[in-house]
Amino acid sequence: MGSYVVRRLLQALVVFVGVTMLIYGAVFLLPGDPIRALSPNRPLPPNVVAQLRHQFDLDAPIWQQYLNYVGNVVRGNLGTDFFGRPVLGLMKERWPVTLRLAATAWFFEIVLGVGLGVWAALRRGRVADYTILGAGIAIISIPAFVLAFTAQLLLGVQAGVFPVAGTQDGWPMSYVLPGFILGAFGLASVSRLVRSTMAENLQADYIRTAHAKGASPARIVLRHALRNSLIPAVTYLALDLGTLLGGTVIVEGIFNLPGVGQLLFSGIQQQNGPVIVGVSTTLVLIFLLLNLVVDLLYAVLDPRIRLD
Amino acid sequence: MAVFEREALAPSEALARRITIWSRLRKRPLFWLAFSIAAVLVLIAIAPGAFAGWFGHGDPLACDLTDSGRGPGGGHPFGFDIQGCDVYANVVYGARDSISIGLLVTALSLVAAVPLGCLAGYYGRLIDALLSRVADIFFGFPFLLGAVVILSTFRLRDVVSVSVTLALFIWPVLARLMRASVLQVKQLEYVEAARSLGASDARIIRHHILPNAIAPVIVISTITVGSVIAAEAALTFLGVGLQYPAISWGLQLAQAQTNFQQHPHLLIFPGLFLSATVFSFILLGETLQNAIDARA
Repeated sequence: MGSYVVRRLLQALVVFVGVTMLIYGAVFLLPGDPIRALSPNRPLPPNVVAQLRHQFDLDAPIWQQYLNYVGNVVRGNLGTDFFGRPVLGLMKERWPVTLRLAATAWFFEIVLGVGLGVWAALRRGRVADYTILGAGIAIISIPAFVLAFTAQLLLGVQAGVFPVAGTQDGWPMSYVLPGFILGAFGLASVSRLVRSTMAENLQADYIRTAHAKGASPARIVLRHALRNSLIPAVTYLALDLGTLLGGTVIVEGIFNLPGVGQLLFSGIQQQNGPVIVGVSTTLVLIFLLLNLVVDLLYAVLDPRIRLD
Repeated sequence: MAVFEREALAPSEALARRITIWSRLRKRPLFWLAFSIAAVLVLIAIAPGAFAGWFGHGDPLACDLTDSGRGPGGGHPFGFDIQGCDVYANVVYGARDSISIGLLVTALSLVAAVPLGCLAGYYGRLIDALLSRVADIFFGFPFLLGAVVILSTFRLRDVVSVSVTLALFIWPVLARLMRASVLQVKQLEYVEAARSLGASDARIIRHHILPNAIAPVIVISTITVGSVIAAEAALTFLGVGLQYPAISWGLQLAQAQTNFQQHPHLLIFPGLFLSATVFSFILLGETLQNAIDARA
């Protein structure tokens, strides 16, 4: 187990270095000069430009910049953006919104996804099963931003059930609709995953044994079938949390929620390198951490993996 | 010996399996539903001119500002957009770029994924470790985010540059799948038999492993075409995908964003075509998967 953990940590480290280099390189290649963009109408004096370049480390070669940046990140310093705002401070304002949004989406994925999956498996081959299957594929097919507009128009503007946009109604009201749309894709996937494993497990011998022993139907479904069907769904859910955090770019934009997705997107539009790199790096870290947790959990649960 | 090996072992098995899958697929109405939607959309993408003129106004660029935002009416079943262009003609012409990107991304990804996945699965060790780490890096950040960052570095974004960027994030998924599938097939008896008959590695991979290991990759590729089309629309909508003067569903939906409350038809029709396209490819992959799985 020990050597497996070490190996897995080393792999995560390699990936982290690779991804951050990729992001750093992409940001470096962004068209335009960020220092000149600071004062678009009046050109800055050359000595000020040189000073600013030095201040943001732009006068060093890219590999040097990258190493300096990583060194600072390790010390917990994400630097300031080109407007002089500390990146860490910007993210501290934005992360709570994104976390609330992702948590709401995750909640829908877990409760509705697992619930509908179980229901479909129990009603296998009947109307409820086909309805859930059809609705699932339909939801997966409709792109999130089309779904978001439609819901915003129907439920927000016309019916007035949910706030149209913004966070002024606080959690949960302002987050229910965007959270549901963010989680819709995962919800459909989870329900299909649970349905197929559960339908398979319901035919297993140990279920027949449980019936024969006289266990109650509720106990058979919850204790025997569901418990053994959850592993793929749990893996999916854990990994999907990272996707949810990254997928907020669109939903935050449409529902005007000031989260990290919007911060990142405005950073890209303003060529604000430190913001782009800072936000992406934290997202990558979270993503890798989730992957690591899932893999280690697997190794704990399944001895075959760590002996591999 | 070579004749015996080719005729009697792996290929016949792969062929028999394909015939079974097809006979099973043929009986499924859902397969035919998905297939016909996808086929019609591909036809539209190949020859949009033949479909756009059905209601007498086939030119997507013939616009009159006095018609701006007008709803559906005679000769214009989908109404007009804000520039006064016929929405039906624009939606029809929009199919080409979306479907081209979907197919091109999948093809590019397969070209990288199938050989690399085969080599990694067959030889293991160094090449496997190398491939897995590179794939991990592209898995390392959420797909949409990575595509947004990379695409914003391009000045000119057309079908090819958007496709290459998306393929960068798709191929590791398919390569991993190919690798896993090869690992399974590699252990089967007919591979062992071919090897003991003295077949070379290249021959074993081409004639015995590839035909038998490709099925799950084909299934996921079909589904990928649908997801890529959805992703392209989302990126274009965000302003980092296709650019004007391209005619694309993503651009039409981005334009609808500001005024769909007054003119819902601007959202509905491109959205409907986009969803139907994604739906048909995903359903096609699903039915294919079911037909293959039912074999076991």
